[in-house]
Amino acid sequence: MKYLLTLVLFMSMSCNSKVNDPIDLEVYNFEGIAPYLNLEGSKTYVVNFWATWCAPCVKELPHFESLQSKYIDSVEVILVSLDFPHQYETKLKPFIQKHQLKSKVVVLDDPDMNSWIPRVNPQWDGAIPVTLIYNVSKRSFYSRKFTYKELETELKTFL
Amino acid sequence: MKSIFTLLVLFTTVTFTVDSQNKGYDIGDIATDFNLENIDGEFLSLSNFKAAKGFVIVFTCNTCPYAVAYEDRIEALNKKYAPKGYPVIAIMPNNVKTKPGDSMLAMQIRAKEKGFTFPYLIDADQSIYPQYGATKTPHVYILESTDRGPVVQYIGAIDDNYKDAALVKKKYVENAVDALLNGVPLDVTKTKAIGCSIKI
Repeated sequence: MKYLLTLVLFMSMSCNSKVNDPIDLEVYNFEGIAPYLNLEGSKTYVVNFWATWCAPCVKELPHFESLQSKYIDSVEVILVSLDFPHQYETKLKPFIQKHQLKSKVVVLDDPDMNSWIPRVNPQWDGAIPVTLIYNVSKRSFYSRKFTYKELETELKTFL
Repeated sequence: MKSIFTLLVLFTTVTFTVDSQNKGYDIGDIATDFNLENIDGEFLSLSNFKAAKGFVIVFTCNTCPYAVAYEDRIEALNKKYAPKGYPVIAIMPNNVKTKPGDSMLAMQIRAKEKGFTFPYLIDADQSIYPQYGATKTPHVYILESTDRGPVVQYIGAIDDNYKDAALVKKKYVENAVDALLNGVPLDVTKTKAIGCSIKI
């Protein structure tokens, strides 16, 4: 009995260590995301809308990561996840951890999509991935997926 | 001579621009009929429905989480509106080679599990969804039967809350079909929603 008690105590202590989850998700409704679409710094901002359940999104994500590390001084990549709240723990956090994402990840949780989709871009029909690249002098919206080369080519027109 | 050349250039530019923007139907367009395989093995067309006042065409699939979130609501739409003359017809537009989870067998299994009462057709050679201009799942086209053919009257999302049916404030599809049934103009004819891109 005493042994069982010790075992239970030990097991519950091990479980507690999982509470120190290093990933803290920044989850916003659209009003919280909107500032990221209009940052006023001197950099070029690359905002990509993606989700772990979107295969073409996941496929091109490494290109955004490569872009961020190569152009660390002049570019800020922001990855806006549209993952579902009930999958933050099971899918999104493990994904971020597994792929060691270095770019900034923010999560958009706002079901009234018809209201905010046009505010990202009036031509956007809602399919993902989409990417917004902007700086003080230029702004472009891309409703497509990218190879690294294509992405870098587009970015260079901003730099 | 110079003016003819300018005119020619202008004409080709305008034509090209118009064509490249012509991606599927807009409100008021006449939608194409189709002949697609249903989960019961039979082929189905709009023309099979002699008494229909219109149709709620839903491009949807098994594998997209947004589509899955709406499965019960799509079924509810059919239960409510098929008796009123607006049956739901679901069409699966993905390439099953890239998305085996959307195969006919998978569609049959899902339909049985969920108790779908509507046709669930497969756009096998992916030739129908591009004509409609569907870009993702789910994507709804409400058609009204007329002498000229089925006219597109609504394009877009099902309602304004994919997450929770109880929190829906705007039932886009229901409002549109109600308006058509009542012979009044639609308040909202086009809406947007996030979905999964159609897999080619």
